[in-house]
Amino acid sequence: MDMHPYALWVPLAPLIGALVAGLLGGRIGRAGSHWITSLGVAVSLVLSWLIFRDVDDGKIYNAAVYVWAISGGISFEVGFLLDKLTVTMMLVVNFVSLMVHIYTIGYMAHDEDNWPAGSLAGKNSYQRFFAYISLFTFSMLMLVMSNNFLQLFFGWEAVGLVSYLLIGFWSVRPTAIYANLKAFLVNRVGDLGFLLGIGLIAAYCGTLNYTEVFAQAQKLAGTGIELIPGHAWALISVVCICLFIGAMGKSAQFPLHVWLPDSMEGPTPISALIHAATMVTAGIFMVSRMSPLFELSQAALSFVIVIGAITAFFMALIAIVQTDIKRVVAYSTLSQLGYMTAALGASAYSAAMFHLATHAFFKAVLFLGAGSVIIALHHEQDMRRMGGLRKYMPITYLTVLIGAIANAGLPPFAGFFSKDSIIEAVRLATTPGAGFAYALILAGVFVGGFYSFRLVFFAFHGKERFREAPAHDTPGGHAAHEAHGHDTHDGHDSHGHHGPVEPKESPWVVTVPLILLAIPAIAAGWLIGPVLFGGYFGGAIYIAPEHPAIATMAKDFHGVLGMIAHGLQTPPFWLALAGAISAWYLYIVRPELPAVIKRKSGVLARILEEKYGFDRFNDWFFAGGARLLGRGLWKGGDQTVIDGVAVNGSARLVGWISSIVRLFQSGYIYQYAFSMIIGVFVLLTLWLNRA
Amino acid sequence: MTGLPLLSLAIWLPIIGGLLVLATGSDRNAGLARPLALVVAIAGFLVTIPLYIGFNPTTSEMQFAELRPWIPRFNINYFLGVDGISVLFILLNSFITPLVVVAGWKVIEEKVAQYMAAFLIMSGLMNGIFASLDAVLFYVFFEASLIPMYIIIGVWGGPNRVYAAFKFFLYTLLGSLLMLVALIYLFFQSGFSFNLLDWHALPIPLEAQKLLFFAFLAAFAVKVPMWPVHTWLPDAHVEAPTGGSVVLAAIMLKLGAYGFLRFSLPIAPDASRELAWLMIALSLIAVVYIGFVALVQADMKKLIAYSSISHMGFVTLGFFIFNPLGVEGALVQMISHGFVSGAMFLCVGVLYDRVHSRQIADYGGVVHAMPKFTGLAVLFAMANSGLPATSGFVGEFMVILGALKYNFWIGAAAATTLILGAAYTLWMVKRVLFGAVANHHVAELTDINAREFLVLGLLALCVLGMGLYPFPFTEVMHASVDNLLKHVAVSKL
Repeated sequence: MDMHPYALWVPLAPLIGALVAGLLGGRIGRAGSHWITSLGVAVSLVLSWLIFRDVDDGKIYNAAVYVWAISGGISFEVGFLLDKLTVTMMLVVNFVSLMVHIYTIGYMAHDEDNWPAGSLAGKNSYQRFFAYISLFTFSMLMLVMSNNFLQLFFGWEAVGLVSYLLIGFWSVRPTAIYANLKAFLVNRVGDLGFLLGIGLIAAYCGTLNYTEVFAQAQKLAGTGIELIPGHAWALISVVCICLFIGAMGKSAQFPLHVWLPDSMEGPTPISALIHAATMVTAGIFMVSRMSPLFELSQAALSFVIVIGAITAFFMALIAIVQTDIKRVVAYSTLSQLGYMTAALGASAYSAAMFHLATHAFFKAVLFLGAGSVIIALHHEQDMRRMGGLRKYMPITYLTVLIGAIANAGLPPFAGFFSKDSIIEAVRLATTPGAGFAYALILAGVFVGGFYSFRLVFFAFHGKERFREAPAHDTPGGHAAHEAHGHDTHDGHDSHGHHGPVEPKESPWVVTVPLILLAIPAIAAGWLIGPVLFGGYFGGAIYIAPEHPAIATMAKDFHGVLGMIAHGLQTPPFWLALAGAISAWYLYIVRPELPAVIKRKSGVLARILEEKYGFDRFNDWFFAGGARLLGRGLWKGGDQTVIDGVAVNGSARLVGWISSIVRLFQSGYIYQYAFSMIIGVFVLLTLWLNRA
Repeated sequence: MTGLPLLSLAIWLPIIGGLLVLATGSDRNAGLARPLALVVAIAGFLVTIPLYIGFNPTTSEMQFAELRPWIPRFNINYFLGVDGISVLFILLNSFITPLVVVAGWKVIEEKVAQYMAAFLIMSGLMNGIFASLDAVLFYVFFEASLIPMYIIIGVWGGPNRVYAAFKFFLYTLLGSLLMLVALIYLFFQSGFSFNLLDWHALPIPLEAQKLLFFAFLAAFAVKVPMWPVHTWLPDAHVEAPTGGSVVLAAIMLKLGAYGFLRFSLPIAPDASRELAWLMIALSLIAVVYIGFVALVQADMKKLIAYSSISHMGFVTLGFFIFNPLGVEGALVQMISHGFVSGAMFLCVGVLYDRVHSRQIADYGGVVHAMPKFTGLAVLFAMANSGLPATSGFVGEFMVILGALKYNFWIGAAAATTLILGAAYTLWMVKRVLFGAVANHHVAELTDINAREFLVLGLLALCVLGMGLYPFPFTEVMHASVDNLLKHVAVSKL
């Protein structure tokens, strides 16, 4: 129960980098800023590795850094809990973050072009960007290293803040500042649930420290709470569902997923870091951390597995109709987050965490690869204006291909092991709703294979379409011309320096991170033995004996090669392969077919292009409804009733009374004095009658 | 402890200093009035620092007490003292005053001495309110503090100030009168004492307690302001000059809330418990209803004014759920709101001084001309949205926790501010600060100067400091809050 000597420096190193680059960016210049921030994250990564080695020796560190406040008998603290779960996250976050820092040097090199002439905000935008991504790294580390719910919520909201700042980084674009407000508010809906969960824990446990709360888990499970009079619920179910609503916001689970696709308005490095590899997995991490609570609530696990499966399947479907390369990856992220969530519901927390880690690598590759293409084509994101790029960008092509194979879940790449474990765990799960979930995530494997390879074939193979004039009205296509999509901005800067482009491979600062991330995207899966079945997470994850999925799988596990051999005989592999082959057929062999299919499928395609209508509904019902209600309360309540009747009415009444009073008195009576006399009378009456 | 009468100093130093500033006379001497006012304001703040340093947080007794006969015939005393509930407000008030003086440094060019004097005198009077332990003394300060504010709005205010002043007057008049009745009743009831501490111990039948409660409610609810007696505030803010808005939001609104803790709860505890449902309902209406109303405001000052009402809803909610998290959270919220709303009004002032418009529609893309200002404004906006690590989070969080302890749905309703507060604040931020440059007024804006940076920067430090380490604030409250809650829990019938 002590503190690791390096622990504090893990979050502080990126914070210092962020502060220096953010406050002194103008003085230390661009190189100074990217050096200091990258160095901060590198230091943090090295320290994380050193801490990992100590934790791997079986030590657990849990201590407070300082007392934030004391009130109502609860001591609110800031402190760290370093166990296997934490250090895994620390390594993943710092590694991806460092890659993204390096990549950003190349990606943002010409950021001044993205700002209007003379904008002072664009002056130090390069430095500011580095400050933000380091600040994000700090916030994310505080989130994962926390030993209590308060600091968890701090980190939770802080990453949300940085996400807000980064989605809206190009603040001149109306689409960007729409997307960041939307992201913040949708996340706040989740946070509302999260805060209620935390509040209930504080109210019933009298502490927010993880260890102390987990020790009272049985008590929570035995307590009932009547949210609706006469209907007692297990308190722990209410708490867990509230907490999970928070996870639904942050990890973009249906129906709070709507903000993530729009978050692609931010620069691509943050799409990789925040909206794929780390921040959006905070919900998955949080639920894994809370496994001692979730394990005691069948209702919550059921809710989790169903929401996860719905997200996994239905978001994957949208990915197949997207033509914006980043949005394909974004919907793919949603789907993969759904898989992780489903694993949580199946009590396969280690599988969820394992997929979180492998996904961080291969999804970062996909995003950064997409970004490499986007800069090579001068901010072109539409795959209909790509094609044949593999010749020009071999490294990018190869790494994206690796990412796609991993994403599709084909062996022996990382995604195979983690995704297959999830599917197997859901198959074995006893959670109510697991059957439904299994059907959905199995079907999702086919879709995943399809959209992953569609991206590769569409962008890197086939006809070279990037020399064609921007086609703003592609016949029959792009019915879902997003009102707030990316189209607006590349509309304004594409005309200028587009023309015929000769794509070329990106500089080393871009390709080296791609290669370094592609390595674990291939190989990270081979660690499945120790991580899933070797008790890697130790006591950090608790699984109730009545949830046998992982234990059953452990019995059947016979090494990496055995798993591959077994995998080749099971449906997920064949489904993924079928998806890949379908993509090959449709986008290489018969590239004219997709348009035909789309025409024929009519309503179905439209539903997908409209993304099931969530955005439209939310805009109309929530945004419009809130404004309507606000205006109604203001005009009707404040202005008409309170001011109109009460205030002005009493003003008239006072006027009327004083006009009568004036009849009795020669001059004006100051109302104040008059009323004072009345007051004294009332008072005397009360006093005289008190006996 | 020092032998100096610190509380008297905190009250009279700004008042006498203010009179001196006033004596510099016409605007020919403005060059003297400004620095003199600043010196007085800073000295006024410095003398309050020993109140915190020397404060003993382990006791709920009144500290730094001063007791002298004033009008012996009616047993009225000059009785001052502070406890963990009031001490921080004297510091907050004295801290805000120099900021307001600096903020008005260049902006106010007419009747400079009078302007500065009004703020200094008001500051002293409000310290008097927080320090008074004699009901008459309290009442005198309470009413007298209105006069400078009235003058500030009336002289340096906007075009529609007559209507605003009228509304303000009407509301306040009714409230204060009923409170006066209550005070006189208590005077007789207690065997001719105006000592608040005597009144706290005074047994009162329930029906009388209820009448007293409503009498105090009339006075304090208007000040807070609580729904539905809040409509004077947006009008007053819109007409007030920036400095007036800052003091109104940061300090004046706290007077009502403070009154609940000093009068309603301890004097009429049974009625308070009995009528808590009403107070909770009114508070939640303030949080939710006003949140929606704030959303649709087109005038930045009105929006922030409505946001203030909504945030003050948390304060009254925290008081009437009768647990330490609630009451301490409410007190923290009051202090934080002093920083945040003050800063927000100053930010609007910065824009208004340059463009002469408060309409959201007249702005857009301010960030391109004023990046430094935007950075600070976004920080305050985030604090207003209750983001953790800013002061705005601390109080809301504690009150929500306390409310959840009391009843799940009350906590849930209060927590909707997470969404509403972010929605109205950040939507305004989006329309004013971000986007493309809206018009040539915005294009020609110049970023904040050193003076503005100093004021906003100090508030930013307070907002962050309190958000990261609220311990020193909550620490001084415990003993007094625990004592108050113990007192409220015991029947006085």
